[in-house]
Amino acid sequence: MELTHYVVLAAILFSIGAATVLLRRNAIIVFMGVELMLNATNLAFVTFARMHGDVTGQVLAFFVMVVAAAEVVVGLAIIVSIFRTRRSASVDDVNLLKS
Amino acid sequence: MTMLLPAVVTATGLHAATDVVPASEVVPGPFLAAPFLVLLPLLGAAVLLLAGRRSDRWGAWFGVATSAAAFVVGAVVFVAMLGLPADERVVDYRLFDWIVSGGLDLAVGLRVDPLSMTFVLLVTFVGTLIHVYAVAYMAHDRDRRRFFAYLNLFVAAMLILVLADSYLLLFVGWEGVGLASYLLIGFWNHNRAYAVAAKKAFVMNRVGDIGLIVALMLLFATFGALDFTTVFAAVPEASTALLTATGLALLVAACGKSAQFPLQAWLGDAMAGPTPVSALIHAATMVTAGVYLVVRSAPIFEGAPTAQLVVVIVGAVTLLFGAIVGCAKDDIKKALAASTMSQIGYMILAAGLGPIGYAFAIFHLVTHGFFKAGMFLGAGSVMHGMDDGVDMRRFGGLARYMKVTWITFMAGWLAILGIPPFSGFWSKDKIIEAAFVPVDGQAWRAWVFGGVALLGAGITAFYMSRLFFMTFSGRRRWNDGSGSADGLGPQDGPVQHPHESPRLMTWPMIVLAVGSVALGGILAAGSRFVTWLEPVTGHAEHHEPVLPVWSLIALTLLLVLAGAALAWRQYAMSSVPVRAPRGSVLTRAARRDLYQDDVNEAVFMRPGQYLTRSLVYADKEMVDGGWMGLAGLVGRVGEWLRGWQNGYVRSYGATMLGGLVVVVAVVLALTTGTAS
Repeated sequence: MELTHYVVLAAILFSIGAATVLLRRNAIIVFMGVELMLNATNLAFVTFARMHGDVTGQVLAFFVMVVAAAEVVVGLAIIVSIFRTRRSASVDDVNLLKS
Repeated sequence: MTMLLPAVVTATGLHAATDVVPASEVVPGPFLAAPFLVLLPLLGAAVLLLAGRRSDRWGAWFGVATSAAAFVVGAVVFVAMLGLPADERVVDYRLFDWIVSGGLDLAVGLRVDPLSMTFVLLVTFVGTLIHVYAVAYMAHDRDRRRFFAYLNLFVAAMLILVLADSYLLLFVGWEGVGLASYLLIGFWNHNRAYAVAAKKAFVMNRVGDIGLIVALMLLFATFGALDFTTVFAAVPEASTALLTATGLALLVAACGKSAQFPLQAWLGDAMAGPTPVSALIHAATMVTAGVYLVVRSAPIFEGAPTAQLVVVIVGAVTLLFGAIVGCAKDDIKKALAASTMSQIGYMILAAGLGPIGYAFAIFHLVTHGFFKAGMFLGAGSVMHGMDDGVDMRRFGGLARYMKVTWITFMAGWLAILGIPPFSGFWSKDKIIEAAFVPVDGQAWRAWVFGGVALLGAGITAFYMSRLFFMTFSGRRRWNDGSGSADGLGPQDGPVQHPHESPRLMTWPMIVLAVGSVALGGILAAGSRFVTWLEPVTGHAEHHEPVLPVWSLIALTLLLVLAGAALAWRQYAMSSVPVRAPRGSVLTRAARRDLYQDDVNEAVFMRPGQYLTRSLVYADKEMVDGGWMGLAGLVGRVGEWLRGWQNGYVRSYGATMLGGLVVVVAVVLALTTGTAS
């Protein structure tokens, strides 16, 4: 199996994640799209690390995982608190920051 | 070019043909009181203005007291000065440093000399009399206290003007009297016409002030100082061109303040002020400040014959101008104003003649101050008895009803006519005589200016007699409310009960009338006044006029009697129409001040207004328009950008993604481009 395939797979996964973020309204699903994009990136990092024989990419993948975990915690907490106050998890309802 | 000469310059270096006394450094004892001349009226003005309505009850008499106190101080200084020998009578009294900065060193000081003392006595004496008169004249005015505050302010400013030892301090007084004049002309500013008259006087005076400022700048740029001692000491070294320019600028200033052609149009309208104001400011004192300026600046004018000639021309033109206007005015105060203009024309003419004229200019100024103030107070008394009416066509036959006013007015009338031995004879005749003296051997000047002065005397006799006869002689032309019982006089118009004014008003008139009768003779006896002024004006050699002196006197008297007789025939013997007849072209022109207002409006006011309006338009449309357009553009761009800020996370995300794709595409395109 060519290493390029992994890159293509990462691109496909990233695109699916981005589409999810852009097209779905439910905050949980959007969150999952974000996770998908992050993991696609991780895949690309690892693949490139392998390609160049350099561990930097793998290290970065760990970093991304740690940050993603933290982000999930904070993000879910925000979603929960929004759901509590507004009775909705739709991202389109949360538009109070516009002028 | 800066020339700082030492202040001590021998007197003979100052004037070619005269010997002026240099200012002495030591201040003799009684002269130390001089600052109080200014401080007392200034204190009066400050107290009356600051105390406000609380001082309503005693304010008027307080104003009288400060003015009278200033007169007493003036008299003390005057007596002290008389005790000194003539060559010690010019004293510069330096009070304090004013502006000290690097090379700039301007001090406030008083110059006490015979010229300034003459003015001090005139201003404080006539001023005090008019203060007393005004106590009664303004008795029923709510704002009487404010009136006295302004009068005191005027006296203080006028004394600063004449006592200043530098052009800069003189300028302070100059502006001060302008302000007081403005405030007093517009004293009844609830009347729109009066407020407009005040503004007109203020604006036209500003034109003159520009002349004074230009002169100040020229002097300072050249000599580096503005005090009289330094400037006059350095004048002989200066170029004629500079002196001519300075002299002309000073003349502009004098024209503005003294209502001389071509800046005379404000004086007639200034009669909007209460009559005591017209008597004090617009007849006796402030309007003569221009004469003072010219005489004080004598060394400058003597170095500039062209400027002197212009001064004489301005005087001659104004003299005739005022006289012609005076012949047609039916408003008693405006006729007197025209006469003031004309008489100051005489003074300016005399001041322009050089050393032979200075003393006579000031002499006429003093006598004029007395008889003109007296006549103005008389006019005020007539108005007081006639319900503030000013139309002489509605007067007539008032001599029976107000005897004191009639007799005091007659004294002033005979004085201005120049009938011997009334005071006007002694001063005006000397001016006519001086005008007939050829300057630098130029006989044409003697004939032209002498002829104008002579003719002016005749016209003066006519219009002043017209005024006098229309008011006091002939038949009554007012409604006495008696029905048509006697069949005399009209029975239309408001009913009048002419009566004599209270004592407070008649006493000042009597004092001024005594001055009009006797002052000229007393001061002229043995050339007393001329000798008194010599330390300032210098000793003038006697010059022979082109005609013998006795023939000039005879000719003047002949013309005066002819003018008075003509007026007698026309206004006392025959009936005067109540409504002004249409009159000849000249009469109609004179009624409208020889179209001076129309000329001013056409030449200066309207183009000025067009200019300001177009500037306002340009400012609004182009400058404002440009910036407002820019602001609008920014606003619209912002409005458009705001549409993107819709609050939907997903659309933000799409934008970010789109941007990212674009960036990646560009980077890819560039890297592949360089790689290949």
